[in-house]
Amino acid sequence: MSDAAALRRTPLHARHVALGARMVPFGGWDMPVQYTGILDEHRAVRESAGLFDVSHMGQIWLRGPEAVAVAERLVTCPVASLRPGRVRYGLLCNERGGVVDDVTVYRVADDELFLCVNAANIEKDYRWVVRHAGEADVRDQSDATGLLAIQGPEAAGLMTRLGDPDPGTLKRFRFRETKVASVPALVSRTGYTGSDGFEIYLPAGETETVFDALLEAGAQPAGLGARDTLRLEAALPLYGHELDDETTPLEAGLDRFVKLAEGGFLGAEALRAQSEAGVERRLVGFVLDERGVARADHALARDGETLGRVTSGAPSPTLGKSIGLGYVPAGFAETGTRLDVLIRDRAVAAHVVDVPFVTKASVGGQTGG
Amino acid sequence: MAEYDFPESLRYSREDEWARVEGDRIVIGVSDYAQQQLGDIVFVELPDVGTVVSAGDPFGVIESVKTVSDLFAPISGEIVAVNADLAESPETVNEDCYGDGWMIAIEPSDAEFETLLSAQDYAQYVKDRED
Repeated sequence: MSDAAALRRTPLHARHVALGARMVPFGGWDMPVQYTGILDEHRAVRESAGLFDVSHMGQIWLRGPEAVAVAERLVTCPVASLRPGRVRYGLLCNERGGVVDDVTVYRVADDELFLCVNAANIEKDYRWVVRHAGEADVRDQSDATGLLAIQGPEAAGLMTRLGDPDPGTLKRFRFRETKVASVPALVSRTGYTGSDGFEIYLPAGETETVFDALLEAGAQPAGLGARDTLRLEAALPLYGHELDDETTPLEAGLDRFVKLAEGGFLGAEALRAQSEAGVERRLVGFVLDERGVARADHALARDGETLGRVTSGAPSPTLGKSIGLGYVPAGFAETGTRLDVLIRDRAVAAHVVDVPFVTKASVGGQTGG
Repeated sequence: MAEYDFPESLRYSREDEWARVEGDRIVIGVSDYAQQQLGDIVFVELPDVGTVVSAGDPFGVIESVKTVSDLFAPISGEIVAVNADLAESPETVNEDCYGDGWMIAIEPSDAEFETLLSAQDYAQYVKDRED
């Protein structure tokens, strides 16, 4: 309890408390883990629309004639070819190819873009970007920015009701500046749930207006607990679990977000060498064949020999089975490979499956293109 | 802020289990406070019938979507029944923690039942922890 004072608060903190949310520390922030219950909120996102406060995430802006060249060198995805109004997922890597953070890059204008970064990494990322920014103007605008995520098959309908003229025409991984509930907003068709939806960047002081308007329109508030089970079903990595400074994007199976052929970014040499030599360990998705719940740090084993560790695990509300992600030697990464998860010294049978665990088709919701 | 149901007819432990005398056995489960704190319960691991436990020993595990908690025996004795239905339907603990969500029955070896908290004392104990 004494640590609560040191935790940071988003502009919606008092709203979460008033809604009866259970608040927990996350990445240095006091955040809602659930309102009514994780399963209920998870279901809302898969079947209707859930509303997340993700204002704890950071936004680092790069401006000036060098902004694009600097970003091109900082992130693993191509930036120069990214047209204004488009978003790409990429990674900041260190010289060893380890992941400093995973980010989305928003190309706002020819000489203006921003990175949306993980809450726990804002200061680290800012220092990293400044160190490599040359003449570009770097600004951490995280505190001035509120961020909501409205996710689920009914998200587009709710946005229309709040005055966004035609959210359905915004394609996946594109954004535009518009007004939501009369508040100027940057709306992007992105998310971290595996369902269709939007992320809404707002002036921090007006975040509550839009949050309340979306609740009023019928969205269900959803906490970090559901956000975690949703992203796990979609096999989206979580920094600090699947990714860290010692893990490379190639080990994590994120090859398609790395411009290995072009190079010219921090970590490119190390990643190219690793690609040529072949990765020694790989991130795999697995499903438990017996009852139980795999959790981060449980050992993954075979014939009594520990092969690696679980990085994330949870019961999948959509599948009704326990699922998880973890690292194993590359030779054990084939789909169908049998593994044991050691849960309280008991070997629980599991097998490697293709990810994502849940696709839009298996959810049955309408797709967002 | 939250409302909890602590039936007067039960006794409670500081580890948030309840206990009820049924003939020569004592039935054990988790309190309404415990199930609300845990949230959606997804897995319950119980011991085999015949296991002998001492008061304070962990006898099983209860997992919600986010958390894992040990279950502690409020009294000593031999476990003479376990609620096998919870393997298939762990959510019963959320729905009916004092009824179908019971966990184990113990044939007590000591008179520890009388040392457990009354509903009133347990309610105060919960309140003190929430403040």
